[in-house]
Amino acid sequence: MSDMNTAMVEKYRSNFLKEVEANVEEGQWVKMCMQCGVCSGSCPLGPYWAHPPQEIFMMIRAGKREEVLSSDSMWMCTSCYNCIVRCPRELPITHIMHGLATYAKKLGLVPKNQPTAQFSQIFWDNMMKKGRVNELKLGLSLYFKDGFGQGIKNALANQKLGMNMMKAKRMSAAEFFGGHGVKDVAGLQKMIKKAEEIEAAKLEANK
Amino acid sequence: MAKYEYSYYPGCSSQDGASSSNLKRSIDTMCEELDVKLNEIPDWNCCSASIGYGGGSVLPRMTLSARNIALSEQHNPGQDIVATCAACWLATKEASERFREDENFFQEANTALAEANLKMTNQTPIRHMAEVLIEDIGYEALSEGVKKPLEGIKIAGYVGCQTNRPFGIDGESFENPMYLDKMVDALGGDSIPTYEKKVQCCGGALAFSEPEKSQEMIKGIIEAAYDNGADMIATPCPLCQANVEIYQDQINERFGTKFEMPVVYYSQLISVAYGRSATDAALDGQIIKAKKLEDLAK
Repeated sequence: MSDMNTAMVEKYRSNFLKEVEANVEEGQWVKMCMQCGVCSGSCPLGPYWAHPPQEIFMMIRAGKREEVLSSDSMWMCTSCYNCIVRCPRELPITHIMHGLATYAKKLGLVPKNQPTAQFSQIFWDNMMKKGRVNELKLGLSLYFKDGFGQGIKNALANQKLGMNMMKAKRMSAAEFFGGHGVKDVAGLQKMIKKAEEIEAAKLEANK
Repeated sequence: MAKYEYSYYPGCSSQDGASSSNLKRSIDTMCEELDVKLNEIPDWNCCSASIGYGGGSVLPRMTLSARNIALSEQHNPGQDIVATCAACWLATKEASERFREDENFFQEANTALAEANLKMTNQTPIRHMAEVLIEDIGYEALSEGVKKPLEGIKIAGYVGCQTNRPFGIDGESFENPMYLDKMVDALGGDSIPTYEKKVQCCGGALAFSEPEKSQEMIKGIIEAAYDNGADMIATPCPLCQANVEIYQDQINERFGTKFEMPVVYYSQLISVAYGRSATDAALDGQIIKAKKLEDLAK
């Protein structure tokens, strides 16, 4: 368990709702949920959530901290925004789900090998290298995330797809050797580092 | 001078050799025809899309959009930012709104921006190309320029998620937006306003991380197009286009279907209807050939 997680447990002990309100993106909205269930029924991956959004909201109020933060539920969000536009109380549910997932990650509570959590990090790291996504490397990193053997298997399974994309000029081998990026990579990386520091300082202050 | 001029945010997938390079090529052709000048934001960066949330949390993510807004203000002052990618539009507009609602957050983003010697005032409207077509140009004017009506081509307008929710286009309903159908009609094609899956999620980025779950949804999107007798699907979103087109082989294998449904962009429809060649319309970028459009473009 991370130090940050231990500190948060100590601080908010019996009030998980308060912890979410203080530390999770748009967390202040959680208490507005009236448990109608429209979000859960509207979610395209609804059946795959161990705890759909409506349930997550009630669990937060019931103090089920471990169950919520170590759940893989939030990682099922496809960012389709169905729940946001349908919520009768206009809760920014998509953002709250992203926020809970990110918070769980900061505390080191994300379930191991959660594929979307992994892909999300791969995407971010890929994009941060040059300020723009390198799609070829993104695909390869995803195929090879579980080791070399599995990577070859994945690449072979998707070989036809890759060939099709190359033929249509929608994938380029040149991306492997450099590829697209912004000119001011250093400035962009410094800027993001600063944003991360500002955010980390706020979390630290809430400890 | 062009009749319309905007600050253009094409996004990563639109670049040469990237997955929606055919979107950018057809957008360029369409804009030539409609007398729209697009001034690319110099040195624009990735918006981190929606899936970036697990890597970068809220301030770093939105600072990425702040950089694009700042660069646009500096180099293309007074011009609305126009995005062609659903995720680019959404991320930029979402960030811009958050900066407006929360003064502290706005200041924090500017503090981070200062590290790259940039500053944002956040006065720029963030718009989608579909809004330009509908609000600035209009269906009527769009229809007037048609040289080759898309007669007899039945097109399922697949709007998807992020070009529709949470902001919506032209104040239309989230559940049954009609703008793609109206565009198809304006181009002389046969729209399918009752296409049931027009706002169904394709899985988005989870098509990569959760392919089984996503392909089941994509299957439904294609199946409904066949049920409605569609010749092709048209969409405004690069990820929708890719997800619905490129996995059809895998879906056929997984589910025993025999799908071969072309998936094109509205900009390709417009390019062809305005008399441009298949290459100008970037139809050579299709994996599943849009034969009826190719024939018309000949």
